[in-house]
Amino acid sequence: MNRILEIIADLQETANHPAKAVKASMKETGKKAVGCLPYYTPDEIIYAAGLLPVGLWGGQTEIKEADKYLQSFCCSIMRINVEQGMKGMYDFLSAVVIPTYCDTLKCICDNWQVAVPKTYLIPIVYPQHRKIAAGVAYLIDEYKRVQKEFETIAGRKITEQDLEDSIAIYEDYRKTMRQFTAIVGKYPKTLNAKTRHLIIKAAYFMDKSRYNAKMKELMEELKKLPAENFDGIKVVVTGILVETDALLDAFVENKMVFVADDLAHESRQFRTCARSEGTALERLAYRIADHDGCSLLYDEEKKHGQLLIELVRDNRADGVVVCMMKFCNPEEFDYPIYKKELEAAGIPMLYLEIEQKMDSAEQIRNRIQSFAEMIK
Amino acid sequence: MDTTISSKTMLRELLSRHYEEAFAAKAAGELIAWSTSIAPQELLETMDIKVVYPENHAAVIGARKDAQAFLDNAESNGYSTDLCSYARVNMGYTRLKESVAGNIPMPDFIFCCSNICSTAIKWYENLARDMRIPMILIDTPFNHTDEIPEHSVKYIRGQFENAIRQLEGITGRKFDRDRFRDVMKISTETARWWKKATALAVAKPSPFNGFDLFNYMAVIVCMRGKHEGLDLFKLWAEELQGKIDRGEGPWRDQKEKYRIMWDGIACWPHLSDTAKILRKNGINMVTSTYPDSWTIVYDNDDLDAMARAYSANYANRNLNYGINKVVQIVKDFSLDGIIYHSNRSCKLMDFRQYEVQRQVQKQTGTVSVIFDGDQTDPRAFSLAQYETRIEALMEMMEQRKKERLSGQ
Repeated sequence: MNRILEIIADLQETANHPAKAVKASMKETGKKAVGCLPYYTPDEIIYAAGLLPVGLWGGQTEIKEADKYLQSFCCSIMRINVEQGMKGMYDFLSAVVIPTYCDTLKCICDNWQVAVPKTYLIPIVYPQHRKIAAGVAYLIDEYKRVQKEFETIAGRKITEQDLEDSIAIYEDYRKTMRQFTAIVGKYPKTLNAKTRHLIIKAAYFMDKSRYNAKMKELMEELKKLPAENFDGIKVVVTGILVETDALLDAFVENKMVFVADDLAHESRQFRTCARSEGTALERLAYRIADHDGCSLLYDEEKKHGQLLIELVRDNRADGVVVCMMKFCNPEEFDYPIYKKELEAAGIPMLYLEIEQKMDSAEQIRNRIQSFAEMIK
Repeated sequence: MDTTISSKTMLRELLSRHYEEAFAAKAAGELIAWSTSIAPQELLETMDIKVVYPENHAAVIGARKDAQAFLDNAESNGYSTDLCSYARVNMGYTRLKESVAGNIPMPDFIFCCSNICSTAIKWYENLARDMRIPMILIDTPFNHTDEIPEHSVKYIRGQFENAIRQLEGITGRKFDRDRFRDVMKISTETARWWKKATALAVAKPSPFNGFDLFNYMAVIVCMRGKHEGLDLFKLWAEELQGKIDRGEGPWRDQKEKYRIMWDGIACWPHLSDTAKILRKNGINMVTSTYPDSWTIVYDNDDLDAMARAYSANYANRNLNYGINKVVQIVKDFSLDGIIYHSNRSCKLMDFRQYEVQRQVQKQTGTVSVIFDGDQTDPRAFSLAQYETRIEALMEMMEQRKKERLSGQ
């Protein structure tokens, strides 16, 4: 048990101090770091160049400077990213990658060049028509374009073998994470909502090969223990991400454990595998093509709700918690559709509107408590 | 078409005929498409499909002050008030199906082009899912570069071919390439005349006020590929030229004292209030960043050129393009000021507005104000705030005029 707590404490420390952790990873590996804004950035290509891709998903910084560029009804993660960029908090990164999945991200990409001129910007534009041949071909061309950018930063060419090796590490990461999220239900006390979140979050600030090794050891150790008794509530959580600490604490206090998630920050990053055939870039492009049930990717069949229902059934969850990131249009558009489907399936649902930085979580805390009492 | 009528009468007749024909087609069992406002309608026109435009319809519902019931309906079904109000009005309409502003037939499939925004994709996905009908998507990658990248052009062209296959599947008819060439030609021609007519506002005084422009916009949206649309803009241009020749301004009872640009969509539910306050002060909105979105012009019958034209829409271009465009407008239209509509519905337009305002001010010295509003949600607008901002703009424009006269 001691070793388990040690590894968890270590990962929590990483997740709670991103800048420090990234700098430590850079020192440890001798790599330059490239910041990646949400979502689905080409991390494998960055890694293949011998660079360290790190996640930039906002933080807890007070917003002041970013108000020069963005109205208050802009997504809090993006406002905080711009704020942190303007404050020089990303100065130690060699570049940032900004994809443009939604209208807000397009504007963040545009504003970045003037608001944060010090941090070199690499925009990447993913296709929404990602399943048709023209979409796959386009994405491969887009990957080739950004590949050159990463080569310039790294000062070396990326070979096919580099890409294959990198994909192998990332696929190993994804498989490891799928295994990890699957055992949460067995150890709901050790892997409570907050701990689970921080363990997963730590991956954004570490070299993936090192993170994978740590996660494997953690799971080996966990497997030695018997399943934990639990009289709490098992839920599936959906949304962009679940933060702040106060929000996570409220879940823990009310004994609500995340037996599965559909969060952009968590499982959506690792639930879909790369295909085994094709060139490295084809495999990456088809991974995007095959990825479904995400509000950020075009889906005329709207499989998001069905996916949530399956997650609930497969994990014998008691309900779904929606952590709606305020001002996130893609997520807000999916909600009325899956709400209806969850209701039809008789699945209890708790809807919480959150921002990444909230002054008070009191109201939300009360709603979590009421939901917990209702389920019991 | 009777050539003795005015373009205003013709505009009204064309629009009512547009909706009548759509209902007649629906009744006759023909397929109806709903489409986004700057989509490659050439593909649908070639297939003789009757198309209605939810954005046009939502705007009219807004202008007739009928939006609230539809907004309430959408919101009661889980649509956040944060979402685009055109989308909310339209989603509400799919359930209520009755507006004093006029009705539209329900679609058999939907047609969406993301060159106006990514939000449209989400909105149309929901339409497709709710009504269980097919969706055709033309995705135009956001142009972060100044030029339209070649691989984007190839991707969009590939989607045209994909859409043609989908259309053939949906209709069970063959796509006629000869007819397609004709439609492409008419569409470009109509867009050219639209541009020509709207550009006549460079004259001092301008022969029209921008609120007329918003009215004519309905037809460039829905009849760009039709001879009738072309006829209308030719007639309008002719009338405007006549007014210029006679030295006539935008209003009979008021002089054009200041010339301004309106950035963004109108506040449809408060259209007359917003217009009246400007008119009272002799402020003429001579243009907007918005109408040029329909200047979809391509030189030859070339799918690549068409792809490039659709991707080149203002909303799909980078900040640089946006700034240069407004700077050019300031010069071409001899503007005294700019009104930026911080439209609660449109994040894509809003989240670059502050920087555009700063840069345009820096490069041209043109004064401006920003006000909070919304395209169709009446609740997101305050008349008092609007009035105060316009007063501030007046003072700044007046000050600047004085400085100019005294040679500062």
